[in-house]
Amino acid sequence: MTSIPEGLAELLADFATISDRTERAELLIEMADRFPEVKVAPAVAVPPYDDRHRAPACESEAYVWATDRPDETLTYRFDVLNPQGLSAKALAVIAGETLSGAPLEQVAAVPDDIVFQLFGRELTMGKGAGLMGILSLVRAEAKRRLAAQAP
Amino acid sequence: MTTPIDARGYAHPSALVSTDWVAAHLNDPGVRIVESNEDPLLYTAGHILGAVQVDWARDLNDPLRRDYLQRGEFEALMSRSGITPETLVVFYGDKNNWWAAYALWVFLLFGHSNVKIMDGGRAKWELEARPLTREVPHYPATAYTAHDRDDRTIRAFRDQVLTHVEAGLPLVDVRSPGEFTGEKLHMPEYPQEGALRGGHIPGAQSVPWSRAVNTEDGTFKPADELRAIYEGEKGLAAEQDIIAYCRIGERSSHTWFVLTYLLGYPHVRNYDGSWTEWGNLVGVPIEK
Repeated sequence: MTSIPEGLAELLADFATISDRTERAELLIEMADRFPEVKVAPAVAVPPYDDRHRAPACESEAYVWATDRPDETLTYRFDVLNPQGLSAKALAVIAGETLSGAPLEQVAAVPDDIVFQLFGRELTMGKGAGLMGILSLVRAEAKRRLAAQAP
Repeated sequence: MTTPIDARGYAHPSALVSTDWVAAHLNDPGVRIVESNEDPLLYTAGHILGAVQVDWARDLNDPLRRDYLQRGEFEALMSRSGITPETLVVFYGDKNNWWAAYALWVFLLFGHSNVKIMDGGRAKWELEARPLTREVPHYPATAYTAHDRDDRTIRAFRDQVLTHVEAGLPLVDVRSPGEFTGEKLHMPEYPQEGALRGGHIPGAQSVPWSRAVNTEDGTFKPADELRAIYEGEKGLAAEQDIIAYCRIGERSSHTWFVLTYLLGYPHVRNYDGSWTEWGNLVGVPIEK
C-alpha cells in the first residue's frame, strides 16, 4: 500500500487552500528562488549533462539525478538550464525537499496530477507535460533503485 | 544582427515596435503594455514596468466550452486593464511571442485594432538586461464598448476549412515536421495535446512557425527572407485566401501575424480548432 510522501502531502494540503492565482504564483516563485539548494553538485554531474538525465517533454531543459542515502532512500537533485524555467525550478525544489528521503515505493507512485494541484488547473497542457516529465524521471530513479534492491 | 524594423521591408512595419521603443514609452498614458505568456509564473516573477497581464486561459478563453470570451467579458477585461478603445496596446511574451500574437488576434476579433507586438518578446528584453519589476500596476477602470466578436474575418471554423480544402485553396501547417507527416501525433514537448489521427489537412504547406524568427534574439526575419520561405519555397501568394493552423491555434496566430502584417496578405484566417479538432474529427480528409 503506497500513499503520497508525508512532506508532499502536507504541501499539497497547503496549496489546496489557495484560490488566488497570484498568491499561488508568489508561493511557487519563492520556491523557485530556493533552487540552488536542490541544484546538482559538481561532484555528481557537470555540464554538458548526459541526456539520460534530461526530463522528457520539458522545454526548460531540466535534468534529474538521485544519490544514495544511508537509509537506502534517495536524495533527488536537479538542474534547469533555461533561466526562464521558473516553473521547472519550483517543481525541482518541491520534489527535492519533499521526496528526498521518502520511501522509494511512495516516490515511485507519485501521481502526475500533483503538477496541477500545485500549479493550478489552468496550466497549459504543454507546460504541464514538461513538469510531468521531471516527475517521471524522479519516479524512474526510485523504481530503478527499488529494482536494484530486490532480492 | 537585427536590423531596424523600418529597414526590413515589411508591408506594415508599424505592427512591430522595438524594445527601445517600449522602454521610451513606459509612462505614455496612451500606451498599455500587455504581457501574455505560457508560463504562469513569469509575469508575477517580473514584468516590464507598467505592464498588465492577459492570461490566455483565464482572460481569453471561455472556462466551460472551447471558445473565446464574449463581448461583455472582453469589455470587462479592457476596463480593468485601463484600456480605452483609443489605447495603443503593445503585446509581448514568452515563447517568441506565441501568446502575444494569440492575444493580439483575440483583441482584433473584438475590433481593438490599435495593437502592436514588441519584436523579440520577453526573451529579447531580458537578453538586453532591461529592468523587470514585480510591482503590479493598477489603472483606473475605463468605460469600454466593444462590438460583438467578429468570427468571420480572421477566424476559420472546421466546416469552413473543409470547404476551403474542397476548393483546393492553400493552408499553412505551422507545426513541427514530424507532426505534419503524421510521424508524431503531437509536438515533441506536448504529448498531451495529441489527436487520434496523425498527418495534415490535405493541401497544406508545411512551414513551421519558427522559420519566421531569428533564433538568436527571437526577432522577426526581414520581409525578403520571409517571402523566400512562404512565396519562393511554398508558392503562396499575397492575394490568396489562406488558412493557418497548428495544434490549438497559438503558433498559427504567430504565422497569421507574419502573413497579415509583415507580408501584407489581406485574406489570412487562423483555424484555432487546429489539429486537436481536425485530428479527432470523424470523416474528414487527412494526408500524410
